[in-house]
Amino acid sequence: MSTLAAPSAPASPGPAAAVERGNSLWHDAWLRLRKNRLAVFGAVSLIVVSLACFIGPLFSPYGYEDQLLDLGASAPSASHWLGTDTLGRDLFVRLLYGGRVSLGVGLAATVVALTIGVVYGAVAGYFGGKLDAAMMRIVDIMYSLPFTIFVILLMVFFGRDIILLFVAIGAVEWLTMARIVRGQVMSVKRMEFIEAARSLGFGKRRLIFRHILPNVLGPIIVYTTLTIPGVMLLEAFLSFLGLGVQPPMSSWGVLIKDGAEKMEEFPWLLLFPGTVFSLTLFSLNFLGDGLRDALDVRSSKD
Amino acid sequence: MFRFFASRLLQSLLALLVIITATFFMLRFVPGGPFTAEKAVTPEILRNLEAHYGLDKPLWHQYVDYLGSLLRGDFGPSFKYPNRTVNEILADKLPVSIELGALSLVVALLIGLPLGTLAAIRRNTWIDYCASSFGMMGISIPTFVVGPLLVLAFAIHVGWFNASGWYTLSDRVLPCLVLGIAYAAPIARLTRGGMLEVLHQDFIRTARAKGATELRVVFKHSLRGGLLPVVSFLGPAIAGILTGSFVIETIFQIPGLGREFVNSAFNRDYTLVLGTVILYAGLIMSLNLAADLTQAWMNPKVRLEG
Repeated sequence: MSTLAAPSAPASPGPAAAVERGNSLWHDAWLRLRKNRLAVFGAVSLIVVSLACFIGPLFSPYGYEDQLLDLGASAPSASHWLGTDTLGRDLFVRLLYGGRVSLGVGLAATVVALTIGVVYGAVAGYFGGKLDAAMMRIVDIMYSLPFTIFVILLMVFFGRDIILLFVAIGAVEWLTMARIVRGQVMSVKRMEFIEAARSLGFGKRRLIFRHILPNVLGPIIVYTTLTIPGVMLLEAFLSFLGLGVQPPMSSWGVLIKDGAEKMEEFPWLLLFPGTVFSLTLFSLNFLGDGLRDALDVRSSKD
Repeated sequence: MFRFFASRLLQSLLALLVIITATFFMLRFVPGGPFTAEKAVTPEILRNLEAHYGLDKPLWHQYVDYLGSLLRGDFGPSFKYPNRTVNEILADKLPVSIELGALSLVVALLIGLPLGTLAAIRRNTWIDYCASSFGMMGISIPTFVVGPLLVLAFAIHVGWFNASGWYTLSDRVLPCLVLGIAYAAPIARLTRGGMLEVLHQDFIRTARAKGATELRVVFKHSLRGGLLPVVSFLGPAIAGILTGSFVIETIFQIPGLGREFVNSAFNRDYTLVLGTVILYAGLIMSLNLAADLTQAWMNPKVRLEG
């Protein structure tokens, strides 16, 4: 990793002392990231939330669809830490299960967006010329399309299927990634070590994937971190409209929707899911910003 | 400049045609039709209904017919509201959504621009930190959390506003505030970034050296360049506000186009869905075009790339 990353030093001229100690770009970035309190807070709370969501339900006496109808909606108590909803389902457990769905959709859709965006951007950036102009014009045009509307139509017509949900979201979110990767690839491909690799007779595919892409990893990582909250927002947005995840399964969007409907009598049903969801988005954004500073990436977005 | 405009316009029209075609055929290939939900429709009635709406003709024929009537500005009859045309429904609902969107955009600009400019001028002071925390909040707390919370606080507990509806002026406050704040955050962030970049340039130092007051430096020399990123963000922002209004209209039960669109999709009201999609797409694209033109006018460098 470190040897591959070394040539991207122009993006980050580390201090001379660090170079003497043989620190790689990644080590430098790690040191800088560690000093950024907000980013560390973001990383830690993300780890806590994810662990809780994926391991927590194993220790719970309740399932996400277990109803205690006699109990109905009850305020937070010792046996139900965050209270129960109108069907007597434990909110804490539903929050954890909902987190699995929300985080899972966030990750999966981001992977889809990442794959399309990186390949598309790398090809456009590497080959340049007319191909690049045509490919980026397509991206420009797609930017101006009302995609959320299409995602809504897809979800209404083709059933509210989780797989379809993240494919649809991923297909919307790759555009910015493609732009960023293209810009980075265009600057890296003119560097000498690429010339050297080309003169050694390596094929185009090897040049792009083995030599160029590892050097634009920084921006890719940063933008991936910032894409996840966007994707999670879109999922929650759809679930809020009743188009995403379907009951009795829960996701944070579903819980917020249910909570908003009943907030007048049972405000905790809105407050807890809203807080956890916002906290997670905060953490991802803080971490993304921290990574951007640490890896010294100039985003082309802002 | 004219060439730039013409090529962008052509592009938009082409994209619009692609959208119309894609939506049209997607709607026809989905399982379930507009009349499947109605109970006990005999095959004869179904045939008559389909004949009435021209659904029995071959698909390409329907497509050509539809495009023809579109050119005459006719979106066709609604399938679910038998006595109303899509034009009537759109004319009924669109003004509400436009008002909501326009007011929200005004709120976003009124909060975002001054905040971002202040943050850039007073960089690394408490003003700057407050502005960036506000920006983070706007990005991380979604409208469908802020909206219900504000309703809970100001409508239900304090009682200043109605929890829902769209009748009086005070009914506009909460929805527009919620939607506006969400976009004030990125606008403030972009303004700050743009202003910082400009304030570092040589001509600003020259202006200062010539004895220009700080106010003059900001308003006369910096704003035009500093606001460029904001102008290019306006297109996406307007698209976001339009789609964001789906949620806002649901929360506050506003009789706008967003809610109608989601309902029409559920009802399989093909013509209404198509009409709404075309209207939204056309609106978003013309606003994007306007943003592009403004940007080209403010920054001659863009024109050359067009």
